[in-house]
Amino acid sequence: MSARPIDGQPLDTEPGGATRRRRGLVLDGLWHRNAALVQLLGLCPLLAVSHSLMNAFALGLATLVTLLVSNTLIAALGRHLHDAIRLPAQVLVIATAVTLIERAMLAGLPALHASLGVFLPLIVTNCLILGRAEAFARRAPVSDAALDALATGSGFAAVLCLLGALRELIGRGTVFGDATSLLGEAAAGLELRLFDADHALLLALLPPGAFILLGLLLAAVRAGGTIGRRLRP
Amino acid sequence: MSAPSPIASPGRVAITLGVLVGSALLLVLTVERGTEPLVAQTRALRLERQMAAVLPAPDPGARTVSERLVPIASDEDPVPPRWIERRWVDGRPDALVLNVIAPDGYSGDIDLLVGIGADGTLHGVRVIRHRETPGLGDDIERQRSDWITRFDGLSLDTVPAAGWAVRAHGGRFDAFTGATITPAAVVGAVHRALRWVEDHHRMPERISTGQPER
Repeated sequence: MSARPIDGQPLDTEPGGATRRRRGLVLDGLWHRNAALVQLLGLCPLLAVSHSLMNAFALGLATLVTLLVSNTLIAALGRHLHDAIRLPAQVLVIATAVTLIERAMLAGLPALHASLGVFLPLIVTNCLILGRAEAFARRAPVSDAALDALATGSGFAAVLCLLGALRELIGRGTVFGDATSLLGEAAAGLELRLFDADHALLLALLPPGAFILLGLLLAAVRAGGTIGRRLRP
Repeated sequence: MSAPSPIASPGRVAITLGVLVGSALLLVLTVERGTEPLVAQTRALRLERQMAAVLPAPDPGARTVSERLVPIASDEDPVPPRWIERRWVDGRPDALVLNVIAPDGYSGDIDLLVGIGADGTLHGVRVIRHRETPGLGDDIERQRSDWITRFDGLSLDTVPAAGWAVRAHGGRFDAFTGATITPAAVVGAVHRALRWVEDHHRMPERISTGQPER
């Protein structure tokens, strides 16, 4: 996209400015401002549904799609939304997107729909999505809003999947255990059993295990950041 | 707020919101209508598979007729199955499938299908819906473990009334690691289903409280 004046002020006048801004958006969403690791947003579904990699992946994907739809629409509506109706309109857009996604999943992937249960409709209340709409998308060009949604959503989904894989591995000794519910019978061979379930640590599958693992994950990320800064003079 | 909103009359604001709400409603309704056949089909397919798992497969050439009944609760029969499906094969009563609820699970109702042959033996039990703890209570699912298949072939004749409980409660059914309440609830519900059929005289003709659904 070329430079485009907004509020009468030229943006991206320096060469390469747009590219740099986009790279910033992607890096922020994926890492520097990662919804789960840095902002600690959307933890309720994160902790509740991440007991297997497949579940985590499905909820991560549903969140990503919701974020993409809501960010794009809200950016497109942009200045048409008067302050008085801005929040209700944003919530309406998000709720509509979630309802449609839930319906699609009920029709196409009923097993997964049953497994995600109430956490699918609860995406509406995920503060991550309203947060991006309010803090960014409503004042951004549509393409930037979509890019931000992809980056933020992928960052969230990645942490969700990592936590799901860890919990399933520690708690059950498998990875991709419920692959058939998402991908059909063809995916039965995808399940990897790394050790016997008898040696698994059940705690990892239960909510306290989710808190402990997320805590360890956060600590690891912070420690990594500190070490990284020390190494760089 | 940082950027002042464009000046707009209350009327225009209301119209904007109205248009948004209207299009959202229209979109949701259209998609709901459009996917209705697909959702019904997926549900029917799922139920059919589960029914097949708790019923003996009839001979390929046999003529089977099924009828679904919804028993009515009464004083003598306060918690009947949610529905019963009875099947005739070549004009003879062949099997019953009962949809029963185990209300005493660890978290909420456990929805079960119980298939019972004409001689009163269990042909199969499957869980169709539950909210038990993942990793603990979900071993009642056939996909997770074969625990649920240990009911196959049992009947009120082969297991005495006292035996219909988990070992921890003095019965003869194993619970699985880490969970007692969930398997106990399933054992109890299966036992109640068998007793319900016995109370209503083993086979179809005598189930008189029912009325056809739809």
